[in-house]
Amino acid sequence: MTMPDEETLAELLSALPPAPEPWVRAAQELPLLRLGLDGIIDRAEADDKFRRALIADLEAALEAEGYEREPALVEALRRRFASE
Amino acid sequence: MTTDAVEAMGLHVTLTDGQLVARCRAGDPGAWNELVERFSRYVYAIAIQAFKLGEHDAEDVFQEVFARAYEHLHKLRDDDAIRPWLAQLTRRLCIDRLRAGAHEQPDGFGEPVGADDTIATLDEALAVHEALAILSDNCQDILDRFFARDESYRTIGEALDLPSGTIASRISRCLTKLRAEMEGRNATESAS
Repeated sequence: MTMPDEETLAELLSALPPAPEPWVRAAQELPLLRLGLDGIIDRAEADDKFRRALIADLEAALEAEGYEREPALVEALRRRFASE
Repeated sequence: MTTDAVEAMGLHVTLTDGQLVARCRAGDPGAWNELVERFSRYVYAIAIQAFKLGEHDAEDVFQEVFARAYEHLHKLRDDDAIRPWLAQLTRRLCIDRLRAGAHEQPDGFGEPVGADDTIATLDEALAVHEALAILSDNCQDILDRFFARDESYRTIGEALDLPSGTIASRISRCLTKLRAEMEGRNATESAS
């Protein structure tokens, strides 16, 4: 690669805008799908008691229901339920 | 000193692409997040700029690229070849998408003119982006906001709590530092 001048550097910086944040997050959560992230979220949407238990004490609710408590999965769920 | 030892001292380490891939394969939970973060702009730009996909198709391609990458990472023969591998995967999926859409078009499938040139430019852009990661957080933030995120001086000033009158000079100084970093890299590559 030839050494770009500052104007070219500026153009090259402009060439890589960020991908939409939800796309990036979804791709980052791919490993969590294997741990059942989608299943837990679907169940929480359908089962209000389970959803409230997750919001009250996420890790205890997962343990009580026999779900994996892998830290990345817990963190992803915490983010999902943070606004509730 | 190993990268683990340097990290243990609380210092920031930028892993090479190969090291990052090896960590992903070893099951390091943060490594996959970093890999997606490192290449997300690149994959997105190939889909949007080189192949001119619409937002909906680009999103499908984007997710498919990372799903396949995650699934097939263990098949990569050379860990350092992750970037060209992702580029090729993205390219192929974009072409599949265009070809599928072409059934509905009267003039059929046509790969966008100049796609390869655009990808070559994006390769250069990614190298610049990697050099940017070495600069101070302030420089990274201000250059990324101004050039990649297209934010105004006013928005940057408010976000970073800086007088907007100083933004232009800071951008100029950071660009000079970035150029110096690029020159250092080029000199190292030429010497090796």
